[in-house]
Amino acid sequence: MKLIESRATLVLTYAALVFLLLVTLFPLALLLLNALKPSAQIVANPLAWPEAFRWDNFTRAWSDARFGRTMLNSATLAGLTIVLVCATSSLTAYVLARRKIRSWKILTFYLLGTTTAPIQLFLFPLYFGFARLGLVNSVVAVSFVYTALWSPFAVMLLRTYFLAVPKELEEAALIDGATPWQVFTRVMLPIVSPGILTVALIIGLYSWNEFLIALTFLQRADSNTAVVSFLLLSGQYSSDWGEIMAAALLLTLPVIVLFILLQRRFIEGMAGGSVKG
Amino acid sequence: MHRLFVLPTILINAVIIVIPALFTVALAFFRWDGISAPVFVGMANFHALWGDRVFWTALGNNIIWTALFLTVPIGIGLVVATMLLVARRGAMFFQVIYFLPMVIATVVLARVWQGMIYSPISGVNGMLQRMGFPTLDPLTQPSTALYGIATVDLWHWWGFLCVIFFAALRQVPQEQIESARIEGASFWQMMRYVLLPGIRPTITLMMIMTVIWSFLVFDFVYILTQGGPAFSSEVLSTLAYRSAFYDLAVGKAAAVAVVISVFGLAATAFYIRVQGREFEQ
Repeated sequence: MKLIESRATLVLTYAALVFLLLVTLFPLALLLLNALKPSAQIVANPLAWPEAFRWDNFTRAWSDARFGRTMLNSATLAGLTIVLVCATSSLTAYVLARRKIRSWKILTFYLLGTTTAPIQLFLFPLYFGFARLGLVNSVVAVSFVYTALWSPFAVMLLRTYFLAVPKELEEAALIDGATPWQVFTRVMLPIVSPGILTVALIIGLYSWNEFLIALTFLQRADSNTAVVSFLLLSGQYSSDWGEIMAAALLLTLPVIVLFILLQRRFIEGMAGGSVKG
Repeated sequence: MHRLFVLPTILINAVIIVIPALFTVALAFFRWDGISAPVFVGMANFHALWGDRVFWTALGNNIIWTALFLTVPIGIGLVVATMLLVARRGAMFFQVIYFLPMVIATVVLARVWQGMIYSPISGVNGMLQRMGFPTLDPLTQPSTALYGIATVDLWHWWGFLCVIFFAALRQVPQEQIESARIEGASFWQMMRYVLLPGIRPTITLMMIMTVIWSFLVFDFVYILTQGGPAFSSEVLSTLAYRSAFYDLAVGKAAAVAVVISVFGLAATAFYIRVQGREFEQ
């Protein structure tokens, strides 16, 4: 589609787009730049090029934020959540897409409704309930909380993938005597696996970045997630911004690398999930 | 058989969300410190909120937040999405960069803005001050703290809307655009009569979601100011959180949570209606 021919308009458009690009990247550039600088030089001028690269910012950040431990916790939590969400949501999405149960509509509305519920509406009884059952500081328990939070999103996204599968495939399998379970695992799942991969990526990202639940439920030092230990570090040593930015970079780099490699999946998953329903 | 398929999702959802949510609604009528036995107090928690100035500040801030996010990021998102449509070449690259802040943890973004930009000591702000500009750290001023937070949220958020609107704009039927062009429509007429009406459902949905999300905003406020200074940037979700876990006034926290939900409820009803329509097809 061509909207305008005028060269001037095109130049202006690009100028605006580049300007916004710089606005978006400026804080991130500061993060990158200052992760390599000694604190004194940041205070002198946060915009300046590093006089000497301070690689020890990273080693100090790694040990002070206890990333060896907390990143492992974050990864475990993300892994558990991905498995739980993908397993439960693909089943539900299949049933809803094919309207296998009579109450599919009520269930859909119910799930849509819970996506808009404020976390505070269930957080307090959940916390004190978990405390009583000894589930606070349990990564497994938190992965169930995440699953409850994000499975409606996963169901809605996966549903569109199931809808795209031709009905004939399923019918053929049923005629050949396959059970509903076999139809689901042998016929449907392999076809929608790209959708499941997208869901896994997005859920992994959400889980890695999640703040409120992790802060509330994983308080003990050895059960903190990386995001929480970063928050604690940046509160404690709040004068050493070189170290804090180095920690921020360590926390963010894996995410950015994944995002750049798999941008289409991320964008389709995150934007598509809330648009298409 | 297929009923068993949906059982895990429903069970997890009920145990984690629905049952505790019902408890919260009940707790709003009790006084409870989280440990000893709850005491029924009727409407006392709501009465207390009615007379609480911090509550009204928080509610006001949520309403300001809603108004801000219904206009600014949606406006920028729409304009930039159209510009991407005009530019075409490089559009994918631009949208990936605009989207990038959305994948980074809020804690990281908040600390970068706080330390590298707003801070009068280590940030760009401090540099400007030393160069003689009368700039202030917005987070430390009661009159600007909320806007300082909103700026960070807005900066990381508009790209998401832009990507969504750009995707929707590309779905507008080619014939409509062609025929408008043949009739000699200017760019603005094209916007007004073809493109915007073409993506109206998407805009509506994003506005509904904005209302819902604006009453849930928590992360950036909690990390950047904890609702301060002097409760000037308090929002309902941080008020509820602080009441429950710092003051151990779980009943009051529950009452605030109920208020948040009531505000979200109308928007949620719209949301379910709009989204549900798509499921009928």
